[in-house]
Amino acid sequence: MNFKNMREYLAWLYYQYLLITGIYVLEPWEKSIFNSIFFSAIAMVIYTSYVFVPIHVRLALEFFSGIFGSQPESTVALMN
Amino acid sequence: MTESPATKPANGEVVGRHARNGLRPDRNGFLKSLHRCHEWPPKKNRGQQQDEEEAQTTSHDGSLYNRPFIESFEETPMLVAVLTYMGYGILTIFGYLRDFLRHWKIEKCHIAREKEEQKDFVPLYQDFENFYTRNLYMRIRDNWNRPICSVPGAKMDLMERVSPDYNWTFKHTGRAVKDVINLGSYNYLGFAENTGLCADAAAKVTMTYGVGVASTRQEIGNLDRHEEMEKLVAKFLGVEAAMAFGMGFATNSMNIPALTGKGCLILSDELNHASLVLGARLSGSTIRVFKHNNMQSLEKLLREAIVHGQPRTHRPWKKILIVVEGIYSMEGSIVRLPEVVALKKRYRAYLYLDEAHSIGALGQRGRGVVDYFGLDPCDVDVLMGTFTKSFGAAGGYIAGKRELIEYLRSHSHSAVYATSMSPPVVEQIITSMKCIMGEDGTTIGSDRVRQLAENTVYFRTRLQEMGFIIYGNDDSPVVPMMLYMPAKIGAFGREMLKRNIGVVVVGFPATPIIESRARFCISAAHSKDMLDRALSAISEVGNLLQLKYSRHRKQPSVTRPFDDNVYEDIDD
Ligand SMILES: Cc1ncc(COP(=O)(O)O)c(C=O)c1O
Repeated sequence: MNFKNMREYLAWLYYQYLLITGIYVLEPWEKSIFNSIFFSAIAMVIYTSYVFVPIHVRLALEFFSGIFGSQPESTVALMN
Repeated sequence: MTESPATKPANGEVVGRHARNGLRPDRNGFLKSLHRCHEWPPKKNRGQQQDEEEAQTTSHDGSLYNRPFIESFEETPMLVAVLTYMGYGILTIFGYLRDFLRHWKIEKCHIAREKEEQKDFVPLYQDFENFYTRNLYMRIRDNWNRPICSVPGAKMDLMERVSPDYNWTFKHTGRAVKDVINLGSYNYLGFAENTGLCADAAAKVTMTYGVGVASTRQEIGNLDRHEEMEKLVAKFLGVEAAMAFGMGFATNSMNIPALTGKGCLILSDELNHASLVLGARLSGSTIRVFKHNNMQSLEKLLREAIVHGQPRTHRPWKKILIVVEGIYSMEGSIVRLPEVVALKKRYRAYLYLDEAHSIGALGQRGRGVVDYFGLDPCDVDVLMGTFTKSFGAAGGYIAGKRELIEYLRSHSHSAVYATSMSPPVVEQIITSMKCIMGEDGTTIGSDRVRQLAENTVYFRTRLQEMGFIIYGNDDSPVVPMMLYMPAKIGAFGREMLKRNIGVVVVGFPATPIIESRARFCISAAHSKDMLDRALSAISEVGNLLQLKYSRHRKQPSVTRPFDDNVYEDIDD
């Protein structure tokens, strides 16, 4: 498919989303219920990951470097 | 646009085909034993490799098939299957939501429900079929039952209608949608016309005989035209005798009970038409269902039937009747008739062949599957067919040996009690049949048969090249194209109609739940230009809806490797 502009492409993407989820056949108010639930769930997932993932990654890094990271250093220290 | 999802409910019940999905390893199983036992030439002089090739394409030994028999059922892509189930899941949740609102009277209920005073009785509208109709079918109902206001030939006019309340009710605007290309009618040879030879002849007969007969054949409803038609049908099919009935559906459902009864066994294909299923049930015989077009499954059932006989008493079955169709209208597959006939001869069973879709549409001379495979029509005990499709008329026929027909004349309900066929309809059948036989002195009939074969091959190859998943035999004029997702059923029908093309879309219960499809019926009346216009519209809509699922484009369809085991363990 070739699109003239970004808007057309987005409209096509939304159409695909309607078809695949099946909400194409629903009435407008049902569509908006589904959309609001679906998009707020996604927004929450994104927000949660934005808030919590960096913390967890940092903790994990510290934990693993605590196990593996210290050893080579000490070997090197011994060699010297 | 007549195929509503409720047209074939009976099939689903017998078959339990809902579970079938994705991989179907033994769907195209063909019969090896027959080759091994007789016709198969000694294997010594054949390379191993050659044998393998044959198993791959299922177009095998020349002694059974005189032409390649290529039938493909590409499996559902996994992702598509998952998304389809997900779509149904979402729609089901909303269905429950709506049912909940209706139950608590928050929204108005438009559909039948229990009366207030029946509230505490067994619920009537709770099963899945009702739920489906209420909450899924209703939403896309505008694709079905659309009134046509012209002759449904290659092009037709539709009545425009709008629905103010999301398909619960419809209003006609009074306008017509003109010149819609008709890809839905079973008008294989294009005899559904309002001009030309057949229409003139029918009009002339109406002038002399009128339209109604108002009596049964056994009383004073037996016209000379009826006698002539039956002789002509017998001659057309190359059998001793034939008789005609006013309705194809009743031909099946009333004649099978006349042929078999208690103590008889009916072996029925799982995808047989509702009329055959009904007939088999009315007969009171035991019914066993074999896998679609699967000869191993059929042979296994035949052997079991002969070895074990009737349940409990173990007396031999009085009769064993194999019931198959020529072309299966939902799958576009052609019956493996040579193998069925060989099996039937080997196990001394009887064969009932329903040629509703294949008569006129298949074979060099338009004589149906028997002609297509170059077999002797006398090998089939009961030849049944309808005039509704290729002949553009109405009614059905049964043909075979003279004794059979004479027996049916006095024993079949639809022969004894039904009013005889209307003379213009009879005349349409006579004229169109003569036309196919070339007895009218023209080559119109044979040209149409050839045109249909050409159109079919053209349409099927073009769709395959575009990357759609097409089911069925390469020579079958019924072309099912897979849509899978529930929303796409509705979207495809609507988008095609916007482009002025009328198609039939089919969903549950006529098909398994995830295998929704669009079904095109090719006609000899379609010109190349029309087909090209239709194909470009299909391609456009296919891109819009992302329907080009096929993963092996173009290359000839390879059937799944044949697995020996099913057969081997009953062989030894
Ligand atoms: C296989 C088969 N048998 C019988 C019939 C019934 O024929 P009629 O429409 O003439 O009643 C049909 C019609 O769709 C059919 O497909």
